[in-house]
Amino acid sequence: MIPRSRAVRRLEEWTFVVGFLVAVGIAVLALAVLLGSILVAAWPRLTPAILFNYSNSTNPATAGYAAAVVGTLWIVGLTLLFSLPLGIAAGIYLQEYGGRGILSRILQAGVSNLAGVPSVVFGLLGLAVFVRALGMGPVVLAGALTLTMLVFPYVVITTQEAVRAVPQSIRDAALALGSTKWQAIRKQVLPAAAPGLLTGAILAASRAIGETAPLLVIGALFLQTFIPYGPDSPFVALPVQIYAYTILPVNQWGGVAAAGMIVLMGILFSFNAVAIVVRNRLQRQRW
Amino acid sequence: MVSDASPEGGARARQAARGVHSLAPRWTWEAGETAVRGALFLAAAFAVLVTVAIFLALVVDTVPFFTQVSPVDFYAGTVWSPDIRGIFGVLPLVAGTLIIAGTACLIGIPLGLASAVFLREYAPGRVREVLKPVLEILAGIPTIVYGLFALIAIAPVLQTWFGASFFNGANAILVVGIMIIPMVSSLSEDALTAVPVDLRDGALALGATRFEATRRVVLPAALSGVVASFVLAFSRAVGETMIVLIVAGQNTDLTFNVFGQMTTMAGWIAKRATGDVAVGETVYLAMFAVGFTLFLITLFLNLVSDYLRTRFREEYD
Repeated sequence: MIPRSRAVRRLEEWTFVVGFLVAVGIAVLALAVLLGSILVAAWPRLTPAILFNYSNSTNPATAGYAAAVVGTLWIVGLTLLFSLPLGIAAGIYLQEYGGRGILSRILQAGVSNLAGVPSVVFGLLGLAVFVRALGMGPVVLAGALTLTMLVFPYVVITTQEAVRAVPQSIRDAALALGSTKWQAIRKQVLPAAAPGLLTGAILAASRAIGETAPLLVIGALFLQTFIPYGPDSPFVALPVQIYAYTILPVNQWGGVAAAGMIVLMGILFSFNAVAIVVRNRLQRQRW
Repeated sequence: MVSDASPEGGARARQAARGVHSLAPRWTWEAGETAVRGALFLAAAFAVLVTVAIFLALVVDTVPFFTQVSPVDFYAGTVWSPDIRGIFGVLPLVAGTLIIAGTACLIGIPLGLASAVFLREYAPGRVREVLKPVLEILAGIPTIVYGLFALIAIAPVLQTWFGASFFNGANAILVVGIMIIPMVSSLSEDALTAVPVDLRDGALALGATRFEATRRVVLPAALSGVVASFVLAFSRAVGETMIVLIVAGQNTDLTFNVFGQMTTMAGWIAKRATGDVAVGETVYLAMFAVGFTLFLITLFLNLVSDYLRTRFREEYD
């Protein structure tokens, strides 16, 4: 190979540094433009009424998200209720009991495969199993169960990471003092891993709040003029309601849809804020 | 109460207890441990259970579909007009999916990899601390937000500048491309981080520039993880629903014109599911046949990504 001159190599180095900077700049710019454009579109519609009005498809001025906000809280609450115990238990099994045998490799592969299934496919599963085969119809519970399957792998993976990060010496000390394996896990490993488990809960909640396609497929409503009353209630969720507004003429309805996005992100951020405060409290106790 | 921790001690205690029936413990630590273990195992088996359930749920409706529409007509047909003409040729949807996902990857993968290299190899600590959260926020934004962004900010621009129809493939391509940047970036960065500093330092000590060290030493060493992140990003783009649904349009003609309307497999499923459809109708079954095809494609891509990551991993210790 012909040695390249210093000047050429220098030029190459700087060209690529500039290229990398441009790439990162595009990513940051994209985020700024994305948030900015939605905020600008939403601005005229950001009134308390957007929270308290029901949806309609005729008058953007009186359209809102009352049913959708409650529907989302129902869906996300139930999804967390189902997916957290299940996902944390699965993560503990894979990390603490699983070993390296063929069985646990299959279980692990199941988790990572599930994380890669497109969300719309979960919708088809929910439609076929919960809505149709079990005869639930398109209700809150069917939506929550569908999303439970969707967020499950994320809870498992974060649980595994959190449990893995607890030093082995903590387990050894507990076992040496005569505790059983489960006692060591419950009394020592889990409290130590709690902040990580909370991260998993945030991740699960964030996914469940934003998922649209599965709920569309199982048959969430577009126009709902009553508050969802329970797990057996027909429902609309925030992202579904936003989608319902995006199929109307964008000139009149874009602002309503964008305002819904602000509401959605507001709920998302307040979840995150609560979780971060709790996590900081938990992190204070150390070994 | 028998509370022996060691298995042998517990077994002996049980044997002793069996001799004197009145003192036999109804519950032992071992029994409790086994019960807990069993319950945890069941939770872990849930993932496999759901995977099997997905497969079965899709197959159960795909099989009757193929008795009404031959698989050859389905997979080789170039006309997708399920509602009006009753013709089910899936190629337009597959083509739309591959064009949108593939082109989006041409945008997202270079930008994502460049961001990863910059963050890992060039950025000073403080810059990293600012940029990483930005990428994480991008990664955490629900796709409906990207879809709305495309609708209110991208579509009008493309319409004005390129004379495109308001709903078009290019809208989706641009925004899906942006969506996968943080994913490629964070997974590639993990792969780059796994390359030992010694290798990098060695190359630099031999007089390589930082870019030469990255291109000739660090990237080849991290190649399996980096390529795995590309495949995973493509898989994510293939399965993306909301962005396509909102801005790509409804037209299902076989077309390569990205400035015209396009539909993907995921987009069509979601669109059709929100319309009127009776259970058992061919159109209803077609949703599952398309979903099954989509599931197989993404499953294949995810397995390839896993295989690349584990099989070709360079181990350094």
